[in-house]
Amino acid sequence: MSHGPQQPTPDGGPWTGRPVPRVEDDRLLRGNGRYVDDVALPGAAEAAFLRSPHAHARIRSVDVTAALAAPGVVAVWTGADVAHLPAMLNREELRTPPGLAELLDPYVAITPMPLLATDRVLYVGQPVAVVLAENRYLAEDALELVDVRYAPLPVLVDPDQALTDGAPLLHDELRDNTAVAVATKVGDPDAAFASAHTVVSEEFRAHRYVASPIETRAVSAQVDPYSGELTVWSNTQTPHRVREATAHTLGLDAERVRVIATDVGGGFGQKGILYVEEMLVPYAARVLGRPVLWREDRNENLTASSHAREQIHRIELAADAQGHLLAVRDRITVNFGAYNMTGLVVPYNSVCHLLGPYRVPHVDIDVVGVLTNTTFATPYRGAGRPETVFAMERAMDRLAAELGLEPAELRARNLVGPDEMPYATGLVDRSGKPQSYDSGDFPELLRRAVAKADVEGVRARQREGARDGRLVGVGFAMYIEATGLGPFETARIDIAPSGRVKLAIGAPSQGQGHRTSMAQIAADAIGVPFDVVDVVGGDTSATPFGVGTIASRALVNAGNATHRAGRLVREKIIEAAARRLGVPADALDLREGVITSKTAEEPALTLSELAGRAPLPGTPEPTDGRHGTELSETVHFRPPGFAVSSGAHAVVVEVDEHTGETEILHYVAVHDAGVIVNPMIAEGQVTGGIAQGIGGALYEEMVYGPDGQPRTGTYMDYLVPTSSEIPDLDLDEIHSPSPMNDLGVKGLGEGGAIAPQAVIANAVEDALRPFGVVVRRGPLSPSRVRDLLREAGRPTAAR
Amino acid sequence: MTTYLATPDPATATHAAPPPLAEPSGWHEIRLTVNGAPVTAQVESRLLLSDFLRDRLRLTGTHVGCEHGVCGACTVLVDGEPARSCLTLAVQCTGAELRTVEGLAPGDAPLTPVQRAFHECHGMQCGFCTPGFVMTATALTEQPERPDAADVADALSGHLCRCTGYRNIRRAVCQALDERFAGGPAGRGE
Ligand code: FES
Ligand code: FES
Repeated sequence: MSHGPQQPTPDGGPWTGRPVPRVEDDRLLRGNGRYVDDVALPGAAEAAFLRSPHAHARIRSVDVTAALAAPGVVAVWTGADVAHLPAMLNREELRTPPGLAELLDPYVAITPMPLLATDRVLYVGQPVAVVLAENRYLAEDALELVDVRYAPLPVLVDPDQALTDGAPLLHDELRDNTAVAVATKVGDPDAAFASAHTVVSEEFRAHRYVASPIETRAVSAQVDPYSGELTVWSNTQTPHRVREATAHTLGLDAERVRVIATDVGGGFGQKGILYVEEMLVPYAARVLGRPVLWREDRNENLTASSHAREQIHRIELAADAQGHLLAVRDRITVNFGAYNMTGLVVPYNSVCHLLGPYRVPHVDIDVVGVLTNTTFATPYRGAGRPETVFAMERAMDRLAAELGLEPAELRARNLVGPDEMPYATGLVDRSGKPQSYDSGDFPELLRRAVAKADVEGVRARQREGARDGRLVGVGFAMYIEATGLGPFETARIDIAPSGRVKLAIGAPSQGQGHRTSMAQIAADAIGVPFDVVDVVGGDTSATPFGVGTIASRALVNAGNATHRAGRLVREKIIEAAARRLGVPADALDLREGVITSKTAEEPALTLSELAGRAPLPGTPEPTDGRHGTELSETVHFRPPGFAVSSGAHAVVVEVDEHTGETEILHYVAVHDAGVIVNPMIAEGQVTGGIAQGIGGALYEEMVYGPDGQPRTGTYMDYLVPTSSEIPDLDLDEIHSPSPMNDLGVKGLGEGGAIAPQAVIANAVEDALRPFGVVVRRGPLSPSRVRDLLREAGRPTAAR
Repeated sequence: MTTYLATPDPATATHAAPPPLAEPSGWHEIRLTVNGAPVTAQVESRLLLSDFLRDRLRLTGTHVGCEHGVCGACTVLVDGEPARSCLTLAVQCTGAELRTVEGLAPGDAPLTPVQRAFHECHGMQCGFCTPGFVMTATALTEQPERPDAADVADALSGHLCRCTGYRNIRRAVCQALDERFAGGPAGRGE
């Protein structure tokens, strides 16, 4: 699809479904973005955090005398100085949904994080002190003068080791280093395994990597001396939660705190949780009585902002002679890092996405989240799904190899069919309801991926053997994604006196283009031109309630809230016009912002005439007490269940036997996210997600030494792919509208990132099949591929 | 303790006052041109060009993503050449002619072909990396002859974008180059 210059030319058709060019671009292209660090707060002090250099240590003493005397320093605080403030919790994420609690009785340890460490540090990068100074140069100078004495303690990096008896305890109040644990069963898996024709069992590891948005985290805060209101600019994905948490921490009423997330330079989950720095900056602004700014540097972002993905799956598949799956058993271990920040979110996502598009009658899954002396891990684009898909899709390929079947054929034999929708898996979903796939056509996804991937061509080349040491392979991977997480999202619509439409939504944008796609939805729902709709997202003063842009939920929830609010406002407009014109409401229509009579030719009223005039003196009192200016509606859309997206990826790779380098020759992604509001934005989201997945599959890894020291703390050693590493993608899509909402939409922000690790691993293993290599973990960097070849007895020295 | 809003130095009267001294011997007066306007300022030796532009001149369109020369978000044109403002000291720029993203289409001026191409090709999502890419692409279009594919690939590989997956950025740069070099090195044509 090409998106050349495209001026929307309304032909009476809906705005939804068109690749409407983004309204946010002009401003951003002129350098007029307003990211946190761009907000000028005159007289602001800047904060810098002193972070633990130890993975695990007792703090013996902290001396800030020298730092306090340094030039430009305003204040230096240690854990003792802020110990009166409550420790921080991501309350919402740590809450176990009642349904899940009742059915599965999960264990969730609560480990609040102190704003600054007091007696012990648990990971390299944990904030120990904060310096506030006239600017960041001076604050960083003074950091070096803070004298902290540590007594190192034994370090746990490996989650298996952290669970052994006698392992040092990270949190004294816990019985062991378990952060969460939950087990679930469907049918009689033991009997199914006992009677199976073939069983494969393997251990697969999803490696640790990070979201790494190009804009690092940043917070600034100011107390308005006139109103006393606290305003916080944070590049968060969840401004309302930041407002609640900040108010809680500072002992304020939430209404007195305003959180603004204007432009956010990418989030991908890393900005979807609360951080202690986010609490301390507003605190400092209040105590110092002046604005305070903190912006993170890249080293901090890589080592001290949340990590993700590290999981071990000990998975077993049982199948009959034809390859039909009889049962799946998986023992999942998730490395949580030092604090339990988000509870069941990632582990349970991994549980309830393991079966993917496949029909599995008997299931036995348990998952344990483990605390270790590494940076805490939280959701990152896909949140538990890329990891689980890696395990399941790798296991499917091992099973195919065992049975002598084409991997695509094995998949085809096990797919849930479109006629079985809605399909109940037998598991319970993340909200605790019976898990159900609302709609989809998995066989069609696979059929299209296979058709594009040229399996025959790859097999023919494989029969010819390696050319010049280059081995070709093809892989497939499929996934489902429960999107549109509740509990609600808010949209408020007001018709301004000018006739412009003000739309405020609870969900901010980190690049998803809400100002455009939400305006498309509103324009259709109300019957106004697209360009009269102004969208505000991510400002808690614009909507008192909201959740945020996380978990592929914004379009589903904010989109449907917008749609409903728009329809209600439309009704109000027509009723008000009918009263004004003295005609029945059903005689009127509203199109392109003009109220027309269904029978007469000429326009009856414009929106501005209606919205602006009613309250003026001399206007007759409306008999029902409602004024024209009350053309407003607020809707909290509560999804009745998940809108399940799905996809099939295929990739053809060439692996250089000598250098270990993997080149992507052809990347195919076929996805289904129901109704598409803006195809251009949707395609951008899918492409960006896949690029992050390719990064994780081939390059990115957050590496720790056994001493708990991060070894990939800069972009020189943490490798984010550039344009040279990401090929053009071959995209296709089908559309199974979701019956879970009026618009029929499903979430799509994360989908692209879910399959790449699995599909690339499958293709690389396929390429290395002549040597009997089994790929058990990523990233498949040249050195790891060479390790695999060496283990298989291949010499890999340079030619 | 000095406050940030000290009395402005006459030499920098049009801009924010300099921060207090960490190393009093380290002040320098620099004179340069930024987006066509002459600028004179007192800067500390260690002040990064990125911070000078953003904090002192309030030209916040230039973004800082890594401060170690890898992400390219801070790219500006120094005497026509793309440079990483996070690896450049402000003092190094004395006498230089600087261009930042704000200088491309000031005020309401129509977007340049490069900027327009990023919009039309959806070459941006969060927009944080965008000014850096746009400045590098602008330099490419200002070469006397059309840069070849390898030059373009090389120039783009100096930038990280975490949102777009790069394809649409490549398209945008290609469109801008096509537009600029359509009729040969001299310009417009067909
Ligand atoms: S901020 Fe200068 S290259 Fe990243
Ligand atoms: S558009 Fe977000 S980093 Fe490039």
